[in-house]
Amino acid sequence: MPAFVLLTVMTALRILHRNRLRAGLTMLGIVIGVGAVIAMVSIGQGARAAVQAQVASMGTNVIVIMPGSTTVSGVRGGQGGAVTLTINDAAELKKRSPLLSDTGWAKRDVMQIVNGNRNWNGPVNGVSPSYLTIRDWSFTSGGPFTQADMESAARVALIGQTTLENLFDPGEEAMGATIRIKNVPFHIVGVLAPKGQSAQGTDQDDVIFIPFTTAERKVFGSQFLGSVGALFASTEQSADLPEAVEHIRETLRARHRLGPDQADDFTIRTQVDIGKVQEGTSQTLTVMLFAIASVSLLVGGIGIMNILLVSVTERTKEIGVRMAVGAKRVHILTQFLIEAMTLSLFGGLIGVIVGIAGAQLTTIIAGWPTMISVDAILTAFLFSLAVGLFFGLYPANKAARLNPIEALRYE
Amino acid sequence: MAPLILCEDLWKIYRIGDVEVPALRGINLTIDRGEFVAVMGTSGSGKSTLMNLLGCLDQPSRGRYHLDGLDVSTAKPDLLADLRNRQIGFVFQNFNLIPRTSALENAQLPLFYRGVSIKEQRRQAAAALQRVGLAGREQHYPAQLSGGQQQRVAIARALVGAPSILFADEPTGNLDTASSREIMDILEHLNREDGITIILVTHEPDIAAYASRELVMKDGQIVQDVRRAPHLSAVT
Repeated sequence: MPAFVLLTVMTALRILHRNRLRAGLTMLGIVIGVGAVIAMVSIGQGARAAVQAQVASMGTNVIVIMPGSTTVSGVRGGQGGAVTLTINDAAELKKRSPLLSDTGWAKRDVMQIVNGNRNWNGPVNGVSPSYLTIRDWSFTSGGPFTQADMESAARVALIGQTTLENLFDPGEEAMGATIRIKNVPFHIVGVLAPKGQSAQGTDQDDVIFIPFTTAERKVFGSQFLGSVGALFASTEQSADLPEAVEHIRETLRARHRLGPDQADDFTIRTQVDIGKVQEGTSQTLTVMLFAIASVSLLVGGIGIMNILLVSVTERTKEIGVRMAVGAKRVHILTQFLIEAMTLSLFGGLIGVIVGIAGAQLTTIIAGWPTMISVDAILTAFLFSLAVGLFFGLYPANKAARLNPIEALRYE
Repeated sequence: MAPLILCEDLWKIYRIGDVEVPALRGINLTIDRGEFVAVMGTSGSGKSTLMNLLGCLDQPSRGRYHLDGLDVSTAKPDLLADLRNRQIGFVFQNFNLIPRTSALENAQLPLFYRGVSIKEQRRQAAAALQRVGLAGREQHYPAQLSGGQQQRVAIARALVGAPSILFADEPTGNLDTASSREIMDILEHLNREDGITIILVTHEPDIAAYASRELVMKDGQIVQDVRRAPHLSAVT
């Protein structure tokens, strides 16, 4: 049997080589199908990895609490429009819920920032020192400001990479430099390590952090002292997140004196929720591309079946001769199946190359992150083989069931 | 020892629509090992049908056919294929070589289905080509060979599996006189020197003259069965 299979594969290759154009056209469907699968999985996995990196960049087991919206004379202020969350809420949450390892808060505004003769309009965040730990910020030089800075409303600032690039010349030392935010001079005590895009697509490195108290008293000019833009909390274990969210909800509803029929005046989101939304999007894309790939493979399979039926008819006499010299049905069946599978396998192989090239091209042209998946390549390959087997079965069986005498007489 | 071929009341009936057309009507025939039999008759006399039955390409509608002591009248297709592979060699009027496939590969074909190693297939096929005088032509394609040479490749293919019977259906029908003589000389040599039983279908008396026994068919029956002294024209 091995000699038979080897020679049959060689014969199949020779026949395909002889009918290159025909074989190429037949393979096209498989090429497109397999190529689409590989490109799609690469793009999907790249997107997922990027989302995971973005979600991870938020910190670990982070819970974000945003104030609810205000409605003034029917005009709704949008999320975060109300000033319902305060520093005291944060302190209370930490006291009440043992699941929370830490709580922090932040308030942001876009401000004019000046360094010498360069200026930049960017977000300035007044944050608690704990915020920096919750969000997992690290430093390329310097370090976070301290609780003492917070209490004394010190004019110290931490600068993100994007803001740094916009305010300082390349090579210029930012550490220890003085910048002005809304004409208030600040001392830079730390340069933040880059985090990249957030899950929402904003540049997290376009940022200045200053102590919350300093922001409140010297820069933002808050109407209500102690009101925050958002509260942040974290848990030790990601499994604790759902329970911690419930704790926070109960505590805040009690503190805000909300009745049972009143809606929450805040929104709680966890890192997991944010990741899920992103994954949902990429899943929709995956399902769509998978449908395209399935249709291509189906069409490719039918193409293979068609060309094999033609081949069986063209080679009826050859089949008769083979039967006359002792080929059994299984031999004829195997021969045509091997031809079908060789076709689909070659199609699959070219498809893999096309898929990888497509994924790379997507990265180069569209700038989307892609990840070539070995699993996808193997699966697509096996799938193309299965398509060849399945669609080759009918023509091969037709050939194997020919009557030797009629086949020999066929002109 | 049982005769190589033993037919008892062999019938073959074709059904065309509602009409039954008997192609063979009760053939009784015994052929021994080493015979050289010519089957003659007009077209439609049933000689091709008989060949197909004896060659295990087809099965009788009625009657018994014993090949080398084995009753094959009701054998399964795979057993028939195996018998064709091991016991029988075919030579056809139009050669029936596989196009765009070298002489060597054509000659290898029966061994290909026998599970012989590739090396052994090549060695035996080359030897068979040498026996029919085609040494050095192994890599030629059928289209590059003359009719006589193509038929010799076909004989090599029929021989390569060392069969006990060789069926030749109008082997010289498409050949000129010189090539015909070459082919008949090879067949005669195979019969005489190697003891291969040859059954030859022809309607040319001078080709039939090579055989030591002549069957004449008419309307699906054997109407004449003559044995005679070996023909020596090819030798002299």
